[in-house]
Amino acid sequence: MTLWQIILAASIAVLAIKLLGYLVPPRVLEKPGAARTAELVTVALLSALIVVQTVGAGQGLVLDARLPAIGVAAGLFALRVPFILVIVAAAATAAALRALGWAA
Amino acid sequence: MVDVPFNETAARKEALKASVAVGLAVAAYGVSFGALAVASGLTVWQACVLSLVMFSGGSQFALIGVIAAGGVAAGPAAIAGATLLGLRNGLYAIRVSPIVGPGFAKRVVAGHLTIDESTAVATAQAVPSAQRVGFWATGIIIYVGWNLMTLVGALLGNLLGDVSAFGLDAAAAAAFLGLVWPRLQSLQPVAVAVGAAVVAVVLIPLVPPGVPVLGAALVGVVAGLAAARRGRP
Repeated sequence: MTLWQIILAASIAVLAIKLLGYLVPPRVLEKPGAARTAELVTVALLSALIVVQTVGAGQGLVLDARLPAIGVAAGLFALRVPFILVIVAAAATAAALRALGWAA
Repeated sequence: MVDVPFNETAARKEALKASVAVGLAVAAYGVSFGALAVASGLTVWQACVLSLVMFSGGSQFALIGVIAAGGVAAGPAAIAGATLLGLRNGLYAIRVSPIVGPGFAKRVVAGHLTIDESTAVATAQAVPSAQRVGFWATGIIIYVGWNLMTLVGALLGNLLGDVSAFGLDAAAAAAFLGLVWPRLQSLQPVAVAVGAAVVAVVLIPLVPPGVPVLGAALVGVVAGLAAARRGRP
């Protein structure tokens, strides 16, 4: 599989899901099971992605500047700071810790 | 909403204001996607195609994250992860479908613009005309901005080389946190989030890149089916 094939296959799959949703009658959402499971799968995926992005390095676990950065982000989200500012603060935290040599 | 505007024109103006605020913020952060994408081994054009066709930030970051960790060999896991994360867009589509209304071409374009933010702004409006304004304005602003900024970020990433010096790897993690944060309003999603995080940590050293995220998704499936069986709302 080439990188282009991966990109196109995934892009088409994600786009197709969006379009298919428009073919489904809205009353389907009144059945709680499907909507709820999809919501919980989204939560599980995002949570796992946070972990992988924060402590993952290939197939290894690494504690570096990303961990304090995500801590800062969590604190700011809890304080209801706007999304973009939190992202910038998290990046700045990691960048500063690395520039100071306090974290890898 | 504390004071719902009863005047429709005022309501539409409020929707437009919300669209611009959300749209510009999200678009701005397309820079980090573009830069991280080239750092993960994508070309500038590959980064741009993802933003043009996939157009779903979570799925895009998930895909390049897996590619960065496992290379092309992790392709199937990368596709599966991006697709699973895109399932929620299908739910959004069902929800905003009545707001968009009839018309084949219009619905195809709307489908492309159906993401977290356009759905959130649209469904937060009280009157139908303001819902339409919220959906289309947010979707279009983000589509244009996200794609322009992806290109800028990808070109910058090529120039900068090591994006970790700028903390962009941490920005991606924080973005996922921002997506999950509003979903953690009750005990069940919090429990699922914690369970999925634990499963991911355990699986990272054991299985190829991309697979931990898929394994953790099962926590959500099991919790959803268990809740449905108990018949709780």
